[in-house]
Amino acid sequence: MRRRRAIELALTIAAPLLILGIWEALARAGRLDPIFWPAPSTLGETVTRLVREDDLLGDIRISLLRILGGFLLGAVPGVALGLAMGLFWPVRVFFMPLAAAIYAVPKIAVLPLVIIAFGIGELSKLVIVAISIFFLVVLNTMGGVLAIDPMYRDVARNLGASRFELFLTVALPGALPAIFTGLRLALGFALIVIVGTEFLSPGRGIGYLIWESYQTLQIKAMLVGLIVTGLMGWALTLLLDVIERVAIPWRGAE
Amino acid sequence: MAEAAIGQRITSPAGATVAAGQRGASVVTRGLERRFETPTGPVEAIHDVDLTVAPGEFCAIVGPSGCGKSTLLRLVAGLDRPTSGAVAVERVDGGRPTNALVFQGRSVFPWLTVRQNVAYGLKLRGVRRARRGKAADELLRTVGLTSFARAYPHQISEGMRQRVAIARALAVDPDLLLMDEPFGALDEQTRFLLQEELLRIWETTGKTVLFVTHSIDEAMILADRILVMSAQPGTIRAALEVPFARPRSLTAVRSDPAFAEMFTTTWAMLREEVTAARQMREAGPR
Repeated sequence: MRRRRAIELALTIAAPLLILGIWEALARAGRLDPIFWPAPSTLGETVTRLVREDDLLGDIRISLLRILGGFLLGAVPGVALGLAMGLFWPVRVFFMPLAAAIYAVPKIAVLPLVIIAFGIGELSKLVIVAISIFFLVVLNTMGGVLAIDPMYRDVARNLGASRFELFLTVALPGALPAIFTGLRLALGFALIVIVGTEFLSPGRGIGYLIWESYQTLQIKAMLVGLIVTGLMGWALTLLLDVIERVAIPWRGAE
Repeated sequence: MAEAAIGQRITSPAGATVAAGQRGASVVTRGLERRFETPTGPVEAIHDVDLTVAPGEFCAIVGPSGCGKSTLLRLVAGLDRPTSGAVAVERVDGGRPTNALVFQGRSVFPWLTVRQNVAYGLKLRGVRRARRGKAADELLRTVGLTSFARAYPHQISEGMRQRVAIARALAVDPDLLLMDEPFGALDEQTRFLLQEELLRIWETTGKTVLFVTHSIDEAMILADRILVMSAQPGTIRAALEVPFARPRSLTAVRSDPAFAEMFTTTWAMLREEVTAARQMREAGPR
């Protein structure tokens, strides 16, 4: 078991290291244009400079807060509506066309509308993230409720569960695995959308760092921004994994 | 409390505890009928079922698959309403009767531990944590799962899960235990052990049991009476008294000369119905 864990860990970090290794080798061999493809090993000093002079950590913090804020703003009502749609068919029939239509719209396209409604401040950035993930969470949650074996409901009813108890002891735990699938997808979307939004709105944040560096041809800073974005996504996924393990201790049941 | 009314939910006073020696409830159905609307037209699952089960009786129902056995149990449990006819479940002392259904297959909640599953019904009834924990532990001892109390269902075997389902039903101390092919998915050895356990539990608690099975063998070993159901629409075709003495053991029943004879009679009857059911399926739209 320990051996298996060690191999797992090694394989997990092997792919990114391999890519960095190839990149580094090609750069040192002079096969890559050093202006556009500087060797990864030369990015270290850029990181130090960005942290010291341009408050890179502040940018990361701001982007993370926007993601988390928007995530909560979208996911909490999303789970609530998804549960309602799964449990009550009139609610499902009423919201379904809306959900299906809006789900398919590229969310960044809604940004101008969101800015008109909520201004160019922080709120509009939270709102665009929330909108982008809302229906994703709704549809996954609803699917989770609908997929629960009706036998569980019968067991609960037979033992005297009220409607509310049915919801609390069957619908909610039964849908949790699907809810987490939705949240996982939503987290990826949130990252995509916040970087895109920061591209388009001058100020702070990791997306803006990437865009601004590109505009001023500071390729190294841009690359650092990209790598940081990747690391943020990875860290957020790990965090969600930990939460899921606590929330669904019976995982592995399927 | 004449007719416990059509399809009415039957609940118990809060705080029912595990008590031995209580008398079971009686079950009476009259003209029970259930039709389902399907895309290809209405299907009559059961038709004109008249059934009487005495308090404390162990009654088995056998019939071809798809004959509405499960429908009948759901109607008696109050989980479904009949299209016409009535179900009455009554306690000898006139109190409100309780029933618990043991479902076929995977009915144990995967998101609760073994212990939480067993205590589930008691929790719904508002029994305090300490008391329901104690009751659950007692039942886990009865079904031999004490050391798996904290396990989740996916960590234990199918046979153990079915034990959990039975313990969960027994936890609410029902007057009427409804069992829908509870041992159907188990291997033979596990089934034998659980049949013995069920016999022992039934003999000590005196609950009424309505037990649906596709196994004549199982019905003869467990029941006082076997009801043979006809092919769809299901109706009670015959009631056969099972003569073996109580308390029973698997080996004593199987070695009884009357065992083979009764098996033959029952199978002859059931065979006609099974054949009819097969012909109907082959002639049907599918």
